[in-house]
Amino acid sequence: MHELSVCQSMLRQVEEIAQREQATSVERIVIQIGPLSGVVPELLQQAFTIARCGTSAEAAELVTQSQPVRVHCLQCGYDSDAQANRLLCAECGDYRTRLISGDELLLASVELTKN
Amino acid sequence: MCDTCGCNVTHGNRHLIEEGGKHAHTSDDHVAIEVLENLLSENDHQAAHNRDHFERHGVLAINLMSSPGSGKTRLLERTIDHLKERYKIGVIEGDLETENDARRIRDKGVPAVQITTGTACHLDAHMIHQALHQTPLDELDLLFIENVGNLVCPASFDLGQHLNVTLLSVTEGDDKPAKYPVIFRAADHVLITKSDLLPLLDDFDPDNAGQSLQQLAYKNPITLVSAKSDQGMDEWLNWLEAQLNQASATEPTTATV
Repeated sequence: MHELSVCQSMLRQVEEIAQREQATSVERIVIQIGPLSGVVPELLQQAFTIARCGTSAEAAELVTQSQPVRVHCLQCGYDSDAQANRLLCAECGDYRTRLISGDELLLASVELTKN
Repeated sequence: MCDTCGCNVTHGNRHLIEEGGKHAHTSDDHVAIEVLENLLSENDHQAAHNRDHFERHGVLAINLMSSPGSGKTRLLERTIDHLKERYKIGVIEGDLETENDARRIRDKGVPAVQITTGTACHLDAHMIHQALHQTPLDELDLLFIENVGNLVCPASFDLGQHLNVTLLSVTEGDDKPAKYPVIFRAADHVLITKSDLLPLLDDFDPDNAGQSLQQLAYKNPITLVSAKSDQGMDEWLNWLEAQLNQASATEPTTATV
């Protein structure tokens, strides 16, 4: 349900960039959303179709890139793939791990048209 | 300097126009700008401001999150009973509607500000900032922020708090951490509440909840508490006091304006 808030915040950032760059329109917005970010890409896409109206990103495409969930083991030092609700080391099975990717919520880039 | 023959491209700025660079041109001749900012940077900026504000006033801010009905307000009432003689406590309450929770807290003799979010499913840093205008921070040591009852959305919004406490009541499933990993991962302390009901519930095993949390690489304390029978309250209160002591030890010694 909070995807609309996230989307509105993203659009304010995008509009600021478009204005600063003196762009006429925004063509493409690329964001990175990890499975542990708390944001659902499909819901964000739906929110985007509503939130973009009346902004310079009205005709923009929203591209969401997902990052894999990966952990670094604090015990054995191994880096491995994991799942959102199973962040154990794939090598030694220890739970004392640190997330190295998968919780991103980033505005990666925007593509603009300029005069 | 032009954009066609490449005379403005130097060794130092070439990376900017190469694919993925800050000013790369796409095939449609759009300009691609690399940003790499948090999507919630507006909220994060306000949250940092709130945090500064807490620290200037020497206030430790704790965000309580859980599903609706897991006993956040009841826990606060009991916590206030135990600590109000020693610490000055304030509360910010978040709910979609009503002043009920703030009223319950005020009845305990501590200041409480109610935020009613209407339809919003979470508190954000701007709402907290507004509420701080009505909160006597100068007179407080400890501020609890009771988030909207919801295991999903509150986890994504930094409020400027120092610590997160996530509650899981025994009337919910012991696999909740596996279902809602984001909010449980964010916790500095997980409280398994309403423990007085455990004898009546044969399908909630605190060990399963613990295992479920461990699978999230959760390394912080887990305490079984009952605000009714006071089981586990000592452990929770000791943890709170340790956090307060740690916070006051790291405070700047000279007063700032």
